[in-house]
Amino acid sequence: MADEGLTALPQVGRPKREPRDKPGPLEYMRQWPLRVIVVATLVFLYAPLITLMAFSFNDSRRNIVWQGFTTDWYVKAFNNESLLQAFINSLTIAFFCTIISVILGALAAVMLWRFRFPGKTVVEGSMALPIVVPEICLGVAMLVFFARVMPWPMGLPWPLNLGAITIAHVSFAFPFVATVVRARLSSFNRELEEAAKDLGASEWRTFWDVLVPHMQPGLIAGALLAFTLSLDDFVITFFTAGPDTITFPVKVYSMLRFSVTPEVNAASTVLIVVTVILTAIGLQMQNSQSKEKKA
Amino acid sequence: MTDAPVSSAPSNAPSPKPTPHVKDNAIIRFEGITKRFGKMVAVDNVTLDIREGEFFALLGPSGCGKTTLLRMLAGFESPTEGRILIDGKDVASLPPNKRPVNMVFQSYAVFPHMKVSDNVAYGLKMDGVDGGEIKRRVDEALELVKLGGLGVRMPDQLSGGQRQRVALARALVKRPRVLLLDEPLSALDAKLRDQMRSELTSLQEKVGITFIMVTHDQDEALAIATRCAVMNRGVLTQVASPGDLYEFPNSRFVADFVGSVNMFEGVLEKDEPNEAQVRCPELGAPVYLDHGVTGARGSTVWVALRPEKIEMHKRAEGSTAMKMEDAPAGTNVVPGVIRDIVYLGSETNYEIELEGGRRVKTFRSNLTRYDQEDFTWDEPVWLAWHACSPAVLLS
Amino acid sequence: MEQTWKQAKAAFAAIAVPPIAWLFLFFLVPMAVIWAYSFGENTGPITIDLTGTFANYVRALEPLYLQIFWKSLIVAGITTLLCLIIGFPVALAIAFATPKMKSWLLLLIMLPFWTNLLIRTFALIAVLREQGYVNFALEWLWNNASGFMTLVGLQPLGEYEPLTLLYNNTAVIIGLVYVHLPFMVLPLYSALDRMDRSLMEASLDLGAGHLRTIWSVVVPLAAPGIASGILITFIPALGAYLTPDLLGGTDSQMIANVIERQFKRANDWPFGAALSFLLMYLTFIAIAAQAFIQRKSERRG
Repeated sequence: MADEGLTALPQVGRPKREPRDKPGPLEYMRQWPLRVIVVATLVFLYAPLITLMAFSFNDSRRNIVWQGFTTDWYVKAFNNESLLQAFINSLTIAFFCTIISVILGALAAVMLWRFRFPGKTVVEGSMALPIVVPEICLGVAMLVFFARVMPWPMGLPWPLNLGAITIAHVSFAFPFVATVVRARLSSFNRELEEAAKDLGASEWRTFWDVLVPHMQPGLIAGALLAFTLSLDDFVITFFTAGPDTITFPVKVYSMLRFSVTPEVNAASTVLIVVTVILTAIGLQMQNSQSKEKKA
Repeated sequence: MTDAPVSSAPSNAPSPKPTPHVKDNAIIRFEGITKRFGKMVAVDNVTLDIREGEFFALLGPSGCGKTTLLRMLAGFESPTEGRILIDGKDVASLPPNKRPVNMVFQSYAVFPHMKVSDNVAYGLKMDGVDGGEIKRRVDEALELVKLGGLGVRMPDQLSGGQRQRVALARALVKRPRVLLLDEPLSALDAKLRDQMRSELTSLQEKVGITFIMVTHDQDEALAIATRCAVMNRGVLTQVASPGDLYEFPNSRFVADFVGSVNMFEGVLEKDEPNEAQVRCPELGAPVYLDHGVTGARGSTVWVALRPEKIEMHKRAEGSTAMKMEDAPAGTNVVPGVIRDIVYLGSETNYEIELEGGRRVKTFRSNLTRYDQEDFTWDEPVWLAWHACSPAVLLS
Repeated sequence: MEQTWKQAKAAFAAIAVPPIAWLFLFFLVPMAVIWAYSFGENTGPITIDLTGTFANYVRALEPLYLQIFWKSLIVAGITTLLCLIIGFPVALAIAFATPKMKSWLLLLIMLPFWTNLLIRTFALIAVLREQGYVNFALEWLWNNASGFMTLVGLQPLGEYEPLTLLYNNTAVIIGLVYVHLPFMVLPLYSALDRMDRSLMEASLDLGAGHLRTIWSVVVPLAAPGIASGILITFIPALGAYLTPDLLGGTDSQMIANVIERQFKRANDWPFGAALSFLLMYLTFIAIAAQAFIQRKSERRG
């Protein structure tokens, strides 16, 4: 283009780098005070985690000064029978909790979205309770319930001995799933359902061919949420776990109480990596979903 | 690139709208404005003066850069290159809240949490105007946009048209040097749109402020503006009065975008000061013009013929060719057959197939109640036009 | 367009019974038992009589426990306030970033939220303790400042005294902010992201500066988002157990720690049950307050 007239314009004192426009008034991310705050916040959020992960490779018993690289702590962690068992327990509980929560949550969401029935407000309100009730209250309630009302049989073979913890986890996880799925359902266009029926699909086929595909991103998000909530939970598990049903967070907690060795760092790093991978998979699935939708 | 109009200079052009309030000074000056978003060039080296008191329209298809240009003027985007002058002063360093321009947003952007009067008073409060004065000016502004007495309402109690009036009052009450309107009529229904068109014009005449409007609707631009700039892909294509834009387009893009047109590719055969002739293979007869074209002989040009400028006459099979009185025999008249008729009430549109197979649009006003019966499907006709009607375009 | 359950009784039953039954058996029944216990008395090492006494609640109102409730409210309040102060600009910056940047920033804010709470708290301990990186960084600054002062001829600052950043109330608040910041940022972000940009542009266009625009346009319009951000930060902070347990000192116990002690160590279940329900009532009051604000702002706009 003919911009001879432009090169003559004064460009005093500006670096000759790729010419970037002045930030627009609403491009807050390009204004330095906000950049500083965002960067500082991210440092605040990540510095401890990165330090923790770095020191899992530190060749020293104490987490203070960097001594050299080693993977010994990982070997130790994997050879620590009870730590490994706790890790496997956690994953097992999270797995079963996710399956049950997604089913119950999806049913609850469809029920509340689809039907009008007497006592609906009461059911809706009760469904919200597990989300808002403080963890400690739910924890002690579960403790009392499994101690006095419905004692979980002792000495069951693995993984049945994890039943009490799994039940407790489902109780607070499935309302979260229901909320996520219901939010997704609210964007459903009822005409799609009517179109399917108009084209000859039965009620049941309409449900599977139209409604379930629409719910899918919500189900994935809900499953991810249920899995992490279960994997993450300390307080409620703390009150329901017995001596032979230790989960990873409870195990780490007791290790913290006694001696802090980089073994804990190593085990934590593994768990962080597992969560990051799971999150990435979940996001990927959601992304490809939404891309399909757009196409 | 901006080209001078190719068809004869509008010496006998219709006199423009009387605009006594338009002054000669450029209130807005864009100097070589370029805006890039990453690799995309939204506005490409635009240089443009807007005079004080004009009702100026930036016209173009969506994505042509017209809104970006307006937003740069308001200060919401900064140009990548070039300068913007308001009253001769470079405004590059001025944030939007310091610029003497105000905007009516496409979505109106009426603050939903404030009463109508608080919306209108907002800008005055920011300027530190004192309470009594604010109240007086707010009432005056609401009166001006015919919303007197609605100051206590909340925006959600207003219709779309009323909300737009609030947005207008809110911007005008600050007495800006220039009022910017982003697609002001696009969200209104057809009836209301017609009414608002004339109201905007009279409002602008009443307040005497320069208005700059962005629109993709050519009817709207022609109806309201005193001058229009047509943009395409970031480039300013033509700046002219509505009449000149329609009758003397400078490019195929403008001819096609503003109004409806029949376009024929041809070769310039003759170009004298007082006459010119173009041969268009698709048309079957040469196009004769009663003015010069200032193009190289033998070059490719395009002939633009507006549908309403094509006359249609009955043609009996085997009859001798008719002749236009202002053109040599054999030019500006072609035979054809009616292939399609669309009756629209006030007028009827015809599609005529020429001998080469090319179809041409024309329409006739239904001057009497029986005019629609004059022509019928598959009827042979002559199409003819005056020597001053076609526009010859070099690009 | 809901359908009444009578139109499709079988389908409704199939859909409604499992979640309602689960909720009843494994949530409402345990809660009811605790509620009943809160009116009971310990009569033996493991036997509890439901005598309908209010003694547990009366005891909970003793100054010792009242003070802990009060302290929990203050700590949760400060935490929420700090999260709001930090979270608002962060949410604002994210909401107005380019789409690509936006999704990265959101991911970065979310990721710690997906990471195990215990691990995050543990990580914070390593950074905050006397021989942790915060103190190392401060010491470095101190020594440099000291060196600089000798350079310009002033008295050096003297030996660096490591700050005690752990096992006190400050540590608890830092920990709670660390854990709950994403809870605040996400609802704020979604409220700001949903807002019509042209409203902010209109405010700037009419002569308001940025702070003025944020105060008189953004904050009122984002009020429901701000209120829900406050709520979902405040509630878990109020009932926090792990953070005060691991980061706090002897005087930084919050209500959840006291409840835990009644059940696990003191073995006074009725009293613990009463405390649990008081905590729950406080939570409900906070929710009701938020709902009230929400309704008020909805009526307004």
